[in-house]
Amino acid sequence: MTIDIALWLAQDAVTNGAVYVLLAIALVLVYTVTRVIFVPQGEFISFAALSLATLQDGKLPGTVYLLVGGGILVAIVDVIAAIRDKTMHRLPRILIVNVALPFLVAALAWWTAPQTNSLLLQILVTFAIITPLGPIVYRLAFQPIANASILVLLIIAVAVHYVLTGMGLVFFGGEGLRSRPFLDITFPVGVLNVSAQSLWIVFTSLALIAALWFVFERTLYGKALRATAINRIGARLVGIPARFSGQLSFTLAAFIGAASGILISPTTTIYYDTGFIISLKGFVGAIIGGMTSYPLAALGSIFVGFLESYSSFWASAFKESIVFTLVIPVLLWRSLTSPHVEEDEEQ
Amino acid sequence: MNRKLLLALGLSMLLSGGAAAQEINIGFTMGTTGPGASLGIHYKNAFQLFPKTLGGQPVKYIMLEDATDATIAAKNARKLISEDKVDAIMGSVSVPSTTQVALIANETKTPMIALSPVALPPDKLEWVFVVPQPVPLMMSAIVEHMKTHNVKTWGYIGFTDSWGDLVLKATEKFTGPDGMKLVASERYARADTSVTGQVLKIIAANPDAVVVGGSGTGGALPHLALVERNYKKQIYHNFGTVNREFIKVGGKAVEGAIASTGPLIVFEELPASNPIKAVATDFVTRYEAKFGAGSRNAFAGYSYDGFLLLNAAVPEAMKKAKPGTPEFRVALRDALESVKNLVGTHGVYNMTAKDHTGLDARARVLVHVQDGAWRLMK
Repeated sequence: MTIDIALWLAQDAVTNGAVYVLLAIALVLVYTVTRVIFVPQGEFISFAALSLATLQDGKLPGTVYLLVGGGILVAIVDVIAAIRDKTMHRLPRILIVNVALPFLVAALAWWTAPQTNSLLLQILVTFAIITPLGPIVYRLAFQPIANASILVLLIIAVAVHYVLTGMGLVFFGGEGLRSRPFLDITFPVGVLNVSAQSLWIVFTSLALIAALWFVFERTLYGKALRATAINRIGARLVGIPARFSGQLSFTLAAFIGAASGILISPTTTIYYDTGFIISLKGFVGAIIGGMTSYPLAALGSIFVGFLESYSSFWASAFKESIVFTLVIPVLLWRSLTSPHVEEDEEQ
Repeated sequence: MNRKLLLALGLSMLLSGGAAAQEINIGFTMGTTGPGASLGIHYKNAFQLFPKTLGGQPVKYIMLEDATDATIAAKNARKLISEDKVDAIMGSVSVPSTTQVALIANETKTPMIALSPVALPPDKLEWVFVVPQPVPLMMSAIVEHMKTHNVKTWGYIGFTDSWGDLVLKATEKFTGPDGMKLVASERYARADTSVTGQVLKIIAANPDAVVVGGSGTGGALPHLALVERNYKKQIYHNFGTVNREFIKVGGKAVEGAIASTGPLIVFEELPASNPIKAVATDFVTRYEAKFGAGSRNAFAGYSYDGFLLLNAAVPEAMKKAKPGTPEFRVALRDALESVKNLVGTHGVYNMTAKDHTGLDARARVLVHVQDGAWRLMK
């Protein structure tokens, strides 16, 4: 291996690692706040990337129907709950948030679809379609069983993953799509040719990490999430509803997923089921961080990026095996060094 | 008393009436979800164009979904054979799934039309007839082209699955004797976000040509990465990659890519003397009328050729036995084995006891990407 090749591989590793960092952060966030190991995180990546590519083709992405349908389902569930609790004054808000807003986004997407040249608009619409899917998934699948054991939550998460993957196949078909690059230029840096897209990926990831840090450290909502992560019962006692933290964490996860999807869609071919494998690699990164530490998860993800890049050079046939086998020594080491904590039983 | 008699008479008439229609049952297991979905959907679409009769007999297709899972495919095959008592079985989308179904077809002595290549030695194919071109037949066309263009060294990048293995082995079978050297052999997965490592290694070895063992849009990722790193020599693809989505994803970078494929893909450009032209024109025209212009693909053609094979064999089998009986299945197998000069959309089938694929060089053409479309190479 020459220095040139090592540098090329390092550049590739950093670009991929940056995406894994985002995913690992989303997984840690959802897990610490709601105890859900969020397997369907990858679907947000696929949905966002494929929705963007479909919009660029001048067509309406199928995810719009998922958004509208999901919103209506949430409205039905909430309206029934409101009637049962005799809190009718909540009805207008429920209908506006869950029915009117999705229809507004759908109309916006329908209006945007023929304008194939407006990249910024397409990206904004993609965010508007994908981000609300997070709270919708939480409301329908996880909120009713928020107090179940981690295992039950994991099983539900796997079920949600299969449902969403199946829908992805219906919406986008079996073949992959690739969207146009934001800026089709490259900068020569020494021996390297750095593409504008990879810079986008790295800098957007850094910006998102900084923004998340700001939210957690400086805002009331972020502090509420941290409080729930540290002690859910305590947080509830001081007036932070678990439902609210859950919704917020799923919204952030969906937003991060959409951002990752939009960032990588010009650099690779995305299929309806690609997101799962990508998020699994973020998951390996998160496991290295013990599923609880953001900085460790980020470092772990960068490490996964490097491992993947260099093993694809040395032994490409075993690349996936090498990356996923990494989980075993990490889990062994963690279970030997960290004290065993019984899952706290509530109620 | 009278009533009971009438009822009994009526029942027996109903039963005999059912038998007199002599409906043929064909089982079909396919993966239109899971990793093979992009191909499976095309295989299944073709069934919408089949007539209601098979060899002049009324036919019922019993379709089951196997999600590209070899275990489910095997379960489906058992169900179709033992519960639905099918006269023949067709399937499936991937090599592992089809191989599982083929093993069961052999064991239960049920004629089978394999719609994807099968990883079994010829002596295990007694009841199995394979529609798609064998991989070596297709890759030999590529190697011939490499030879005429003085390729001395070549690199390979293919899927880390059985398809990647099949394409590599088939290509090596011909490059070895011709003195071409494989200087870099790399693998990647369809869902990979980057193949930088593999491509750097290939470029460091600097081969005269690169063969890609992917399929569909999956073939575009290494091609794009090679072009991005300024690899200027010829890049070859295999027949799994030839569809319009590949060009859509690859854009300008895949101009000039060469692949071998079945003749139906470029039926317009075939000479009028080619017997395949008429069959392919008929099928592709009807397929595109139903599924959109440019939706042509090899896989729907395989389903249709499977139908044509059964269609030709059923009248022969009907002379010997009635559908739904073991004798009919034996007769159908024998009839399939003696199919001669059957023109399909992919080639001309001549089955023999030793060759249950029955295709020759007429089943392959070389195509290249020109102005955003696959064109026949003259």
